[in-house]
Amino acid sequence: MSTREKPPEPHGAAASLRVGDWLRNPWGRPRFLWVVAIAYMAWSLLPVAIAVLFSFNATRSLTSWQGFSTEWYVGNVSSVWDDPVLRGALAQSLKLATLTVAIAVPLGVTFALALDRWRGRGSGTANFVMLFSFITPEIAIGVALFLFFVQLAEGIGPGFVAQLMGLSMFMMAYPVIVVRARLLSIGKEYEEAAMDLGASPLESLRRVLLPLLAPAILASVVIVFAASIDNFVISQQLSIGANTQTVPILIYSSARRGPLPSLNALASLTLFASTLLIAIGAFAYRRHTREQRASRPA
Amino acid sequence: MPEKADSGSRGAWFPPWFWPSFAAPATLWLLLLFVVPFYVILSIAFGDIDPIFLTPTPVYSPLRWDFGPFRDLVSAIFTSGSIYRNAFAHTLVFVSVASVLCVVIGYPVAYFIAKHAGRFKALFLVLFLAPFWISYMMRMLAWINLLQPNGYVNRIFESLGLIDAPIYWLNGKPVTVILGLTYGYVPFMILPLFATLDRIPTSMLEASRDLGAGSVQVFRRVTLPMSRQGILAGLVIVALPMFGDYFTTTLLAGTRNTAMIGNLILTATQSSLVRTGASLVLILLALLIVPMLYYLRATQRAQELFAA
Repeated sequence: MSTREKPPEPHGAAASLRVGDWLRNPWGRPRFLWVVAIAYMAWSLLPVAIAVLFSFNATRSLTSWQGFSTEWYVGNVSSVWDDPVLRGALAQSLKLATLTVAIAVPLGVTFALALDRWRGRGSGTANFVMLFSFITPEIAIGVALFLFFVQLAEGIGPGFVAQLMGLSMFMMAYPVIVVRARLLSIGKEYEEAAMDLGASPLESLRRVLLPLLAPAILASVVIVFAASIDNFVISQQLSIGANTQTVPILIYSSARRGPLPSLNALASLTLFASTLLIAIGAFAYRRHTREQRASRPA
Repeated sequence: MPEKADSGSRGAWFPPWFWPSFAAPATLWLLLLFVVPFYVILSIAFGDIDPIFLTPTPVYSPLRWDFGPFRDLVSAIFTSGSIYRNAFAHTLVFVSVASVLCVVIGYPVAYFIAKHAGRFKALFLVLFLAPFWISYMMRMLAWINLLQPNGYVNRIFESLGLIDAPIYWLNGKPVTVILGLTYGYVPFMILPLFATLDRIPTSMLEASRDLGAGSVQVFRRVTLPMSRQGILAGLVIVALPMFGDYFTTTLLAGTRNTAMIGNLILTATQSSLVRTGASLVLILLALLIVPMLYYLRATQRAQELFAA
């Protein structure tokens, strides 16, 4: 290797003094990066913050602030609470997300257990198909499911049940990935010890493995719920009319038609719901892992 | 064979049918709702059309598949001036520009959080993860509010003296679509970039400086090569869903001139051109199969890494 001369440091002229400073000493205070990061955060979050703010506007304007009011949440005839379309969409979203969690999480957890413990011929293929469903662009899955329910499963047809089936299949990958990661870090020792001590397979599963997996299952519930309540493509493809309209579908269809602040209120409510759920989940997760760490000898 | 010995030793604990039976419900669900629906797509794309009602009749036997209409569609995509050609061209341009913008914006942010946020690291992580649980539709709704003719964007531009009359951002402007896509997907770019950059030991960067490299050289010869995997993963993660995106352009532009492949697929499947729609899905997947397999492989490798 040839000996290299140390290149002259790039000098910032007076105009770019800050950038020059940073290039000369990047381990000091990287002002340039601070500016970029803060500008990014503002760009990323301010529009949403403004949208939430306007859900509390006192008039029907979405562009000029006229004072604080909660009339778009409850009170006004077109508020989320009083307009049956908005309230229906919110109820539909919550129902779909809850039932999707109830199907996708148990299916995903059992699948993760099977993949981890049963290394037979079929497990590799099953894992491959599952991962493939996870990375396929949603529009392809949405169209495939729509045609499936129209052409082959006509008895069910598009609608709420189809939405629930399609979404629970698509969301199954999250619990599988989260629970598998946890299973790999636990190892098999605990349940084998339990069975040495006389537990039956099901007992060891219920009383040893499941408690150890609780944080991962909890995390899966939160992730699947938040992802389902925000899901648009699959829910929209399989929706038929007002009875299967969720919040994202409603926002999509009315955002360009001169919406009222109540649409912002509806969107804000789902945001509050996911934030609350994530906060509760994070709190429970930390408490649980701290208890486990405390009960384990160092 | 280690596999056999393995299962034998475990047989002492669990009956052999125990774990496979756990996989059964999910496998059934995947077969019924993922594998079979894709077979339906194939059967429609290569199937018949009812001569009277013009509805598609799926042909389930591959022996009777007719590839003619599919081939015609592919050649239509290569015919200049056709709506198919235009939509593919738009999609390619929008996705490429937006993906590059995602790297340009996401890299410094990820680098900052990984290396320079210091005691604010946790706070910045939470803030930059926030868009993951804010619904995509709400994030687009926020921009629709801001980009109205009398919205904040135009008002700021006017007060700065940049424009005299309000700009109609939402009337079929490709710029708006590209910015919308970038805004929508950049968090998905930052996540893998952060994971990669966070793993580069700071001591290694310091060592290269001690050996005489300037900061530009450290970046070009150490940081950038070591984060190449993260950039590639990030590009795949943002580009895959962008290729299938149809809602961003509908919401922010809403004209035929800004239609993407996704819009073509939906208008086709919702009209009488169901066979064309199914074929377009197959073409989209064929276009994306290489990045998809790369992503699949990366996910599998991550799983194996956990196992090791």
